[in-house]
Parts: sequence; C-alpha cells; structure tokens
Amino acid sequence: MDPLIKIVNLTVGYDKTPVLKGVNLEIFEHDFLGVIGPNGGGKTTLLKAILGLLKPTEGKIEFRNDIKGKKKPIGYLPQVRHIDRKFPITVFDVVKSGLMMLNDSISLVSEKQRVDDLLNEMGIFEIRDKAIGELSGGQMQRVYLCRALISNPKILILDEPDTFVDNRFEGELYEKLRELNQNISIVLVSHDMGTIVKYVKTIACVNEKLHYHSSNRITQKDLDEYNCPIQIIKYGEVPHIILKHHPE
Amino acid sequence: MSAVIELFKYDFFLKAFIAAVFASISCGVIGSYIVSRRIVFISGGITHASFGGIGLAFFLGFNPILGAVIFAIISALGIQFFTKVAEIREDSSIAIWWSLGMALGIIFVFLTPGYTPNLMSYLFGNILTVTVSELWWMLALNIVIISFFVLFFSKILYIAFDEEFAKTAGLPVDFFNYLIMSLIALTVVLNIRVVGIILILSLLTIPQATANLFTNDFKKLLILSSVFAFIGTISGLFISYFLDIPSGAAIIFTLVIIFGILRLMKVFI
Repeated sequence: MDPLIKIVNLTVGYDKTPVLKGVNLEIFEHDFLGVIGPNGGGKTTLLKAILGLLKPTEGKIEFRNDIKGKKKPIGYLPQVRHIDRKFPITVFDVVKSGLMMLNDSISLVSEKQRVDDLLNEMGIFEIRDKAIGELSGGQMQRVYLCRALISNPKILILDEPDTFVDNRFEGELYEKLRELNQNISIVLVSHDMGTIVKYVKTIACVNEKLHYHSSNRITQKDLDEYNCPIQIIKYGEVPHIILKHHPE
Repeated sequence: MSAVIELFKYDFFLKAFIAAVFASISCGVIGSYIVSRRIVFISGGITHASFGGIGLAFFLGFNPILGAVIFAIISALGIQFFTKVAEIREDSSIAIWWSLGMALGIIFVFLTPGYTPNLMSYLFGNILTVTVSELWWMLALNIVIISFFVLFFSKILYIAFDEEFAKTAGLPVDFFNYLIMSLIALTVVLNIRVVGIILILSLLTIPQATANLFTNDFKKLLILSSVFAFIGTISGLFISYFLDIPSGAAIIFTLVIIFGILRLMKVFI
C-alpha cells in the first residue's frame, strides 16, 4: 500500500539554519504516530514542513495522489499558546474557519448545520456563541479539534493537544483520538510520554534527526539500534520516559 | 435644540457632519482590525511618517494629502523591509520610520519659504475645514472598505485570527496582508483632516475599546466601533463648536469620556 505521506531526505529549518537534517518518514493509513523529542529538537518544524508552512531546503515531501493539491485533507491543531486568546472571535466562527480547507464551497445553511452538528457531537454546543477568551483549557482544545475535524480530513496533525488541559479531558481527548483513528491517520506531538506509550502505535523520536520506532514499545534493542536516548523508568502503573540529548 | 438644527444650514457644518460619518465608518472598521491584530503601533508609525509627505508637498507645492499617501505607503513597506530583510526588531523599525517621517516633515516645512498656515490642521485636525473634494475621496475609501469587508469577511477574519492555519488552507495570506496594510495607510491619511496625525490613533482604538466592552464577536465589533466612533465624533463636533475649542481634541476627549463612563458602568452593574 502506498503511504499517504512520504518524506525523503528532508532538511528544513528557519533562515537557512536547519532544524531537521536528512529526515525520512512514511505515514500510512490508520497510522497513529507519536512524535517525541526535546524542546527545539524539531517536532513542530516537522509538522510545519508537512503542512507546507516551511519550504524544505533539501529533500522532498510526497503526498499520495488523493491528498495532493493546494488544499490537502489534513486537519491541523496548532499549539494553543500561539493563539491570541483576546482575539474577538466566537467558538462558532473558529470551528467554521476549518471549512476553508474544503475544495468545494458549501451553502451557508449547511455550513452552519455542519458546525452545530460537530459541536453537539463533541459535547460543546453550549459554548457555541462564547468568545474564545472565556473558555477553559479543555474547552479550547475541543474547539480547535473541531476546527481540525470539520473538513473531514484523512490525516490529523496535533501539536501538543495536552497542554493546558486537566487529566479528565486528556483521557477523553485520547479516547476520542483512538476512535477517530479507525478512519483517520494521526500524527501527534506530545510531551507526555505516558500518553504516547499508552495510545500511539508507532513513535518518531525527533532531535535534528528522526528515529522511527515501529511500535510503541521502546526496547533496549531499539535504543541501541537507533541510538535513541530514551530511558524508560517504571513508576507505578504509568511508565515515565526521560529524554536526553541525542549523541552525534 | 433649534440651535443645533440651525447649524446644519451652514455649509461648513454640513460638510463636517458628512466627514464625521465617513471617518466613523472607515476608522471603526479598520480600527477594529488593527486592534484585533494588535498592530496599533505599526499603524501609529505609518500615520506619523506620513507627516514627511505633507512637508514635502508644502515644499514642492503639491497636494499635501497626496504627499501623505506616498509617505504612508513607503513607510509601511519600509517597516516590512527593515524587519524582514534588514533583520531589525519590528518595534525598533516602526520607531525609526515614525521619527524619520516626522523629522523629514519638519525639515521640509522649515525649508518652505513663507508661513504655512495649514500645518496645525494636519497635525491636530480640523473637521470644520474639510473640503468637498476631500469628502469625495473619503466616500470612495468608504465604498472600497465596506465592499472589501463584506465580500471577503470570512477570509479577513480567518487570516487575522490565525494566519498559519489560513496558510495551510491555501489562502493568499500575504496578498491580503498587503492589501489591508494599504487600506490602513489610506484610512489614516484620508482621515487626517478630521482629527489630525497626532490624534488619529484615538479614532482607531478608543471606539474599539468601547465596543469591546459589549461584544467579542468580530462582526459586531466592526459595526459597534463605527457607531461609537460616530457618537464621539458628532458630540465632539458640537462641543467644539459651542465651547469654541479645537475639534480634534474635543472629539478625542468625548471618545475617552464615553469609554470611561461605560467601563465604570460595567464595573458597578
């Protein structure tokens, strides 16, 4: 089966300073890829390259025929800390803005219907007319998840959706993602290793280079083989993983 | 009341009234965008830089508003260039263009032989001396702004709110940004006669702050800001006439008082 996205020898960064070097990665249907790595290691850069927000200096990113084009069926949930919470916009309008990902325009009535249906499905219909500044962290994430999902994407890309949310919502979020994963491929950047290990199917460790682990169990063999500096510490029920710098 | 109605029989007052309507709409709409995107400072830079163009126009003897338009656009582009290409911090490049424009204006005015009587009206505005041709220009600007915001409302909102997300959807983000920057420059320049270079930031921010007390919906903010701008401008105009104080200052004073009263009411109610 052809991969949805095929990244070949990708070098990309800001202002000629490469953040990622020689990265190779394939994303297939039904994938649930967890992207981990230290701050500044290039996790967000990788996502931005896939989204076309950063142009590769070397290498290429290929998309399968059915997701090619100017508007790709990719849902994106950016880091919420980069969003201006004082911006005068309602929840309804934020979610509706996700519809600009569609290639065909739909009528205003069906736009409204679609937004309302999704808000209902996600259980946040009651905050429909609130300003985003009035929301809690969990509500914010749900709103941005709705915005990413409303265009029915084939791939969902999430950049740290677990920041500013409480434990209860975090659990709900990942159960929702697991459910969505039956139809959509998911790429997830997270700091929470416990979550990564619990929910994702495969892991990419990003620190300038990318090390791919084809399961969510990182064994000592993986560590030796990929030279990936992850330590797994068992602490009660939840495995805790600590990252060090990648050795050159 | 009859004294107020009487005023509209005067040609100059009628023109001032129409100018107030046009200024309220253009500044209400463009100001809401500026405030929402937090680009007040860059707008201030462009406004003040346009004084250089007014000075140049006095010196060379052409229409000061044209000079202001040219300098406004040059400074808007200059700020972008300084920030992106020359890698100067954005707030510093704004300040550089801000003061450079003012300095050039003063130099040109100083070099112009004879007395320049209109200078004060460009710095502090005088809505009572607006000319018919200026009104036509303001009308044209209002038509452009209203049609642009009506036709592309969603796109403008989405880009303003989350530029990056809009880019992933393939929206022409840079094109829209440049277009709106030009509209900001034109709005500032064509409204200089109403409140003046030094005071125009008030029309772009105070009615918006007042409107923001009541709504957090971008569309409602555009409309409500224009309404508050209109109330402030008209009241200021009357106060200016009856108390015989400069119109620009009277308008701003009124805008601030309205904001203050409503803000306090919100605290106590």
